[in-house]
Amino acid sequence: MKIHKPLLIALTLLGAVTLRAEVELLNVSYDPTRELYSEYNKAFTTYWKGKTGEEISISDSHDGSGKQSRAIQDGAPADVATLALAYDIDAIYEKGGVNAAGAHLIPKDWQSRLPHNSSPYTSTIVFLVRKGNPKNIKDWADLTRDDVSVITPNPKTGGGARWNYLAAWGYALKKFGNDEAKAKDFVSRLYANVPVLDSGARGSTITFTERGIGDVFISWENEAYLALKEFGPEKFEIVVPSVSILAEPPVTVVDKVVDKRGTRKVAEAYLQYLYSDEGQDIAGRNYYRPRDGKAVAKYAKTFSKVNLFTIDEVFGGWQKAQKTHFADGGVFDKIYLARK
Amino acid sequence: MSGLVTTRAPSAHRRETQVGESLLVRVLLIGVALLFLAIFLVAPIATVFGSAFSKGVGPYWAALVADETLDAIKLTLLTAGISVPLNVVFGVAAAWLISKYDFWGKSVLITVVDLPFSVSPVISGLIFVLLFGAHGWFGPWLSEHDIKIIFAVPGIVMATTFVTFPLVARELIAVMQAQGNDEEEAALTLGASGFAILWRITLPKVRWGLIYGVILCNARAMGEFGAVSVVSGHVRGLTNTLPLQVEILYNEYNFVGAFAVASLLSALALVTLCVKKVAEWSVSNRQAKREASQRALSVPVRPATSLEGVSP
Repeated sequence: MKIHKPLLIALTLLGAVTLRAEVELLNVSYDPTRELYSEYNKAFTTYWKGKTGEEISISDSHDGSGKQSRAIQDGAPADVATLALAYDIDAIYEKGGVNAAGAHLIPKDWQSRLPHNSSPYTSTIVFLVRKGNPKNIKDWADLTRDDVSVITPNPKTGGGARWNYLAAWGYALKKFGNDEAKAKDFVSRLYANVPVLDSGARGSTITFTERGIGDVFISWENEAYLALKEFGPEKFEIVVPSVSILAEPPVTVVDKVVDKRGTRKVAEAYLQYLYSDEGQDIAGRNYYRPRDGKAVAKYAKTFSKVNLFTIDEVFGGWQKAQKTHFADGGVFDKIYLARK
Repeated sequence: MSGLVTTRAPSAHRRETQVGESLLVRVLLIGVALLFLAIFLVAPIATVFGSAFSKGVGPYWAALVADETLDAIKLTLLTAGISVPLNVVFGVAAAWLISKYDFWGKSVLITVVDLPFSVSPVISGLIFVLLFGAHGWFGPWLSEHDIKIIFAVPGIVMATTFVTFPLVARELIAVMQAQGNDEEEAALTLGASGFAILWRITLPKVRWGLIYGVILCNARAMGEFGAVSVVSGHVRGLTNTLPLQVEILYNEYNFVGAFAVASLLSALALVTLCVKKVAEWSVSNRQAKREASQRALSVPVRPATSLEGVSP
């Protein structure tokens, strides 16, 4: 009898962990959205209870956007994916495989299902520097100086990291009159100044703020503001470059998962509510740029005016940018291998 | 007689000449050793507890009883609660087989048992993703039958079991081989069944080694990061074990929380060390007693007493 007791306890515990009665939703998201979604999840749970009387519990998971996309392709049971860039969701369609009936995890036209290319909020890329800006960093060109050490995550795994890279590339194209070779040289010199490539944006934030490595951190605007809030404006300041990229982090339901779990209705409502006044307000409060309604005016003063270009204008969309720059053997690989 | 008196010179002086090193060298060597200990052992542990309590006991306690941390504790206990017993059963069986029997391929088996130690934990995790992930060998079948392994609790348990696989077995093989088969052979000639020999002779003989192995296995099971990180999916409150929770809290600027959870794991390590010390002490004590009694008597008395000492 003695032998069976631990087994019994283990099985009971297993039951307790796996059998939760209420409806559960899993949001697989990218790295810096932890605070955003922890606030939004509470708001949506309350809203949904008031509207339908249904108790739901929402879990979220955060890591580099590319890594999270990979996890969904490998079968992580995400009801919704809220990632850093459209290509990572395209990859769920492309590489997520098909079932016996020929259905993909999500349809090819997923991005047209919600307003604004399925991006309920936007952001951009700015610089975070140490207080007083001791290295006098003003614009992208300063990041290629020999005396400047730059922190940015790995574009192969992180979403923000890819926006960073493309923002630098876009600046260089503009500066050198669309000369691709000169742009590549510029970005190569920038990455030669990077001592560590973390896998996601939050890892880089910690490297820059806590570990004190680097003179400038190329960062999501929201992540930079959050660092100011967490560590105090007496330690860091934000520098806005002359031009930057309009970053549109998209969202989607993962059709195959919600249909199997019967959570489509609540998952769709979860994403639609991001566009509501409350959803937009929460985005603004967490330093994401709202797109609709009252929140736009309310948070207009928070964000500096930045000269923004879009990925479609400069790179012809994510598919093209991904293939040229971030695929295996692409421009980034060449730059990084050649940097020594 | 006079010669004897001269050898009993002032004792302090005598000790010094026996050591044969100058005072400076001794101070230097001991100093280096202590400094090393302070930097690599004392300082980190002090930092963990210092940071954990940096805002006082209240925030420390609040961090430990936060919902997600409690969920992580539950999952960690569950994982260890399944993988440790599995490894005990396997470890005893493997050690029994390897140390009591001779057969073809025995050395291969010993190597295979050690395999999880020689691969990186990240690889151990990836193995399971490749086997059970959506594109893995069993992925399509599992998803058809709605069985979740990767990014869920079973995957975490499997990865942990794999990584901690050799701990019990290795410990027992060493102890069993050192102790020899004399008592078991005696029992066999007296007509004991295999199970009776295992239950009444072998297990009592190796019980301290077994406890030691279980403790090590448990510590590793609760502390494993790499392999679990790969298969977990990092869903808060569902698939985060304590080590993963430490990383998450740290990345969310919740340094008190991160170090509070880390202090739990450090405390676990300290408890492990204490139990290990007791186990080692018991083993060496027993061995010393046994050797003394064997030297004193030509007839070994141990088997009889150890048989009576065990209640089924």
